[in-house]
Amino acid sequence: MKKSLIAASMLAAGMGFSTTSMAADPLKVGVLATLEGTYTALGEDGVRGLKTALAEIKNQMGGRDVELVIGPTDASPDSAVRAARKIVEQDGVDIVIGPLSGSEGIAIRDYSKTQPGVTFINGISGAQETTYVEPSENFFRFNMDGAQWSAGLGDYIYNEKGYRSIATVGEDYSFVYTQVFGLVTEFCAAGGEVTERLWVPLGTKDFGSIIAALPDDVDAIYLGLGGGDAVNFLNQYQQAGGDANLIGGTIMVDGTVLNSKGDAKNALIGTPSAGPQADTWDDPKWQAYVKSYQDTFAPEDRFPSPSLLATGYYNAGHAVAQCMDKIDGDLSDGHAGLRSCLSSLELDAPNGKITLDENRQAIGTNFVSEVVEVEGGGLATKLVSMKEGVNQTLGIDAAAFAKIGLPSRDAPECKTSY
Amino acid sequence: MTGVAIVREYASKHPWWAAIIGFGAIVLLWMVFALWPAWLIDLIGKKKIFLSALFNGITLGGLYFLVASGFTLIFGLMRNVNLAHGSLYLLGGYVGYFVSEWTGYWLLAFPVAFIVVGFVGALMQIFVFRRMEGQDLRQTLVTIGLSIVFADLMLWSFGGDFFNISPPSWLSGPVETFFATGVKRSSGELIFMKYPVVRLAIFVASVVVGVLMWLLLNRTRVGMLIRAGVDDRDMLAATGVRIQLVFLGVFIFGAGLAGIAGVVGGTFQSVAPGEDIRFLLASLVVVIVGGMGSISGAAIGALIVGLAEQFGSVYFPTYAVVLTFLIMVLVLAFRPHGLMGSS
Repeated sequence: MKKSLIAASMLAAGMGFSTTSMAADPLKVGVLATLEGTYTALGEDGVRGLKTALAEIKNQMGGRDVELVIGPTDASPDSAVRAARKIVEQDGVDIVIGPLSGSEGIAIRDYSKTQPGVTFINGISGAQETTYVEPSENFFRFNMDGAQWSAGLGDYIYNEKGYRSIATVGEDYSFVYTQVFGLVTEFCAAGGEVTERLWVPLGTKDFGSIIAALPDDVDAIYLGLGGGDAVNFLNQYQQAGGDANLIGGTIMVDGTVLNSKGDAKNALIGTPSAGPQADTWDDPKWQAYVKSYQDTFAPEDRFPSPSLLATGYYNAGHAVAQCMDKIDGDLSDGHAGLRSCLSSLELDAPNGKITLDENRQAIGTNFVSEVVEVEGGGLATKLVSMKEGVNQTLGIDAAAFAKIGLPSRDAPECKTSY
Repeated sequence: MTGVAIVREYASKHPWWAAIIGFGAIVLLWMVFALWPAWLIDLIGKKKIFLSALFNGITLGGLYFLVASGFTLIFGLMRNVNLAHGSLYLLGGYVGYFVSEWTGYWLLAFPVAFIVVGFVGALMQIFVFRRMEGQDLRQTLVTIGLSIVFADLMLWSFGGDFFNISPPSWLSGPVETFFATGVKRSSGELIFMKYPVVRLAIFVASVVVGVLMWLLLNRTRVGMLIRAGVDDRDMLAATGVRIQLVFLGVFIFGAGLAGIAGVVGGTFQSVAPGEDIRFLLASLVVVIVGGMGSISGAAIGALIVGLAEQFGSVYFPTYAVVLTFLIMVLVLAFRPHGLMGSS
């Protein structure tokens, strides 16, 4: 009895000491990531990216300790809103980092309008609409959208690979519409033709019939799939003896697929693709980031190198941290200082400099790459070319861009000029 | 009664239905074997696509049957809706991946998955279901809880990665079938359809499992006990049969089948978190369409759901997801106990 009393008082004293030694209350940061369903591996790596950033800044933003509150989602918009409501309205977070998937982003943009007291930094979701249509004042996106991630790919496959006609297969939702939008505008402007666009529901497992329905009179097939869907497609594609030229969507050739267990991924060797990073880029800043990611987690708990999802959450974390440091962690002005800092921030990210446009949408660098085998038997993307300063209208005049219409199953049309 | 006699009796009772079914069968056979005329290709597309959807639907149905047959057997005997059945499937997939990866023998994955998952099933039966016998709602709620716990345990130990079990080389790649899909314009030779060998193997395996199950249930003493238990388990217990042992055996068998299905699913699709819920849902739909507790119902239900998914994904992709549930609604509206269910 006496012993436990002493222990209790010592514990109390210890706690008292620790609270007085802290500069201010901890900063509560909510994280939305897909930790269930077909995008689980993607969400896990996103969280790893954010934790890498936190490890680099010793878990301090503006002199305050960071307390993470994770909101798991399953890539559906309603799961994202449910998780966001939980972390904002119940846990009372100050800042939300996320979500990960395209349609989740659109839903969270709408939700952010109902929560003016909270600042939202997009994780890595890439639907065009999220920042292009009715943008939200307190929603910031430091990653490019799916169309920007296609920049450079259309030219590359037309001019370098010599593909003249292609067909696309994609998951039936906003992010892949946006990716195909970027590809079609550039490829068709170069003179190419997109003969067919096939759409499958997100979470499709059996692609047998889709594979049989792929046209065999085109030069190459573009695959806008991700996560488990991508692995399933490749597996069944090999079993069916498929041997067409492939073109990868951004998350098709991401670390999450290239590191899956089994042989299915080998169908991707040599596949051209484009996105916000190239895994084996030799830039020192990129290499430093890769090393930081590798040092933060044990080899069995991570991918050999960070996926683009990790990079997205990493950049979002650093953007918040830099602005919190600038305003000394003071959010008492209703986040005004934080937001004006974020809007004008030039983020020196490992994958190139990132600035925001008037819709708080990233302008950044895009990378065209090809899948190669690396030492140790794994696969990774290798840089082919870079394109700097890619903005949301893809270099097209804003008025002309607005006329193309929003990305959808069959928009944009395949035309030689827009 | 022989098959011919059944057909004769049905034809004399329902002449119109028999005529329609017979006509449908002839049209289907013609579509499978004949070379399609141009107007038909204009109407519904290439024959290759139709034939692939048909084959894929049947093979996918084979996989669904493997999962759902254990589910329906357990329900039929114990009146126990095991909502952790999908977790058993997923566990089988993971076990299968590691066994085939470590030993290099794909075939070895099947018995090991059967034993390991069957053992987990035995533990569930002994420690959970036996303690709350006859309390259907409680059992159902506990299995939901178990499925969540299993899902998180598996996510914790295997991570969120995608595992894809590689079939041995003699099963990978396509094989040329004897179904002609077209004629080469240049030489006039017939073009034959190519089809993945592994899917054919899966289909054959599920037919073999189905036939063995039917023989076990209808031709052996154990099967007699199980059938008696399905009809009236209290009466069976009263005749001195050790019903708990029968329950345990059926549970192990049903769970083991789910484990085997996990290996099959991991081979031609992939193993990952979330698959448990998907296959639980698929087996629920299959069993509701086919009739709870009926093995032949599970076979028919699996075939219908598999075909609906594949034809839906090719001919009306936007509404493919709805199609399966539409079938379920129709069946429930006209035959509330399922196609082969007894009221």
